[in-house]
Amino acid sequence: MFNKRILEIVVGLFMLAGLGALFVLAFKMSSLSQYSGAETYQVTAFFDDIGDLKVRAPVTISGVRVGEVADIILDPKVMRAKVVLLIDKKEDILPADTSAKILTAGLIGANYISLIPGYDNEIMKDGSVITETQPAIILENLIGQLMYQLKDKKEKK
Amino acid sequence: MLKKIQKLGQIGLDFCHRVGVSGIFLLQTIFRRPRLIRFTPLVMEQIYNVGVLSLAVIVLSGLFIGMVLGLQGFTILQKFSAESQLGQLVALSIVRELGPVITALLFAGRAGSALTAEIGLMQATEQIASMEMMAVDPLWRVIAPRFWAGMISMPVLTVIFSAVAIFGGYAVGVGWLGVDAGQFWSNLQASVDFRLDIVNGIIKSVVFGFICTWIAIYQGYHTVPTAEGIGRATTKTVVYSSLATLCLDFVLTAMMLGGW
Repeated sequence: MFNKRILEIVVGLFMLAGLGALFVLAFKMSSLSQYSGAETYQVTAFFDDIGDLKVRAPVTISGVRVGEVADIILDPKVMRAKVVLLIDKKEDILPADTSAKILTAGLIGANYISLIPGYDNEIMKDGSVITETQPAIILENLIGQLMYQLKDKKEKK
Repeated sequence: MLKKIQKLGQIGLDFCHRVGVSGIFLLQTIFRRPRLIRFTPLVMEQIYNVGVLSLAVIVLSGLFIGMVLGLQGFTILQKFSAESQLGQLVALSIVRELGPVITALLFAGRAGSALTAEIGLMQATEQIASMEMMAVDPLWRVIAPRFWAGMISMPVLTVIFSAVAIFGGYAVGVGWLGVDAGQFWSNLQASVDFRLDIVNGIIKSVVFGFICTWIAIYQGYHTVPTAEGIGRATTKTVVYSSLATLCLDFVLTAMMLGGW
């Protein structure tokens, strides 16, 4: 058996390597660190149809990520989807008449929320509600509408 | 005919007996009176034997598995011109599945077999019996430190394996095959979830560490104390550990994907 001190140091290094690897996995490889706790404020938006939107989906302004979806529930009073957004404190300059719409990344990508800033002088605070929203575009509905339109045209002829 | 049925019954009873003995053995090992001050150095020494000495094998195989995943994934994804998803493919398959499972298999081969052989030899040369004679509790002095060392080392090794393997995939995908580095990382980060992927992988590795170490120390402690017996016990350790790992992996994955 060799020196006890060296052994303990080596074991300590081993545990440190493990912790380091966990750190790398947690912060470099998963999106754990962003948008949690005190650095954000909450905004609520009501949608007619959220499509395939999921919790933790990104919230963007002109393509730049500024927050994420924290919670999605059905509001029992108005029977619409209530989406809670967490927005970065750095972006506390959003006008109060900002509108939100649900978009799809690419043709088959995931849904995300895009905010379109308005022109109001007042800004959004923690707990504000976005009133103007545009629901997700559902491909099946689009195709359905298209088919009806084509049918109408044929009948007119 | 009756004799054959009797034999079948004997095998069944034997099996139950062995499961019971190993369960009691495990409980005895875990619930030793903890005398922490003297116990920690013993565990330290075993973590060195079990964990640190396995590190080279783990890192090297992690690197190569990551690299080969990068290469294979790239050739398949290229057909759909979706090379940018390579990061996601490599990271998810490693963090969820390959990391815990391959680490457990390597651990069973590298550390589990060594544990069995060591304890088995102690048993064969009657070192354990003489410890009992000196009123030193062998379960506390020999077995428990090895058990805890295995339990601690396995998750650490798994996490290191996963990190190294993802960097292996990164090296091949970005460095050699020309995937865009930004796309690699951003797709990877967008798809890997801390709770669902990384923590579940670690939970798996803890379970595998528990099972593999348990089998190793049980087989060593209850070996037939001859040269042949030790050889057979070592083989059994590796075979049983690997089988248990693969079966449990399926069960755990089913539970985790089932939203458990």
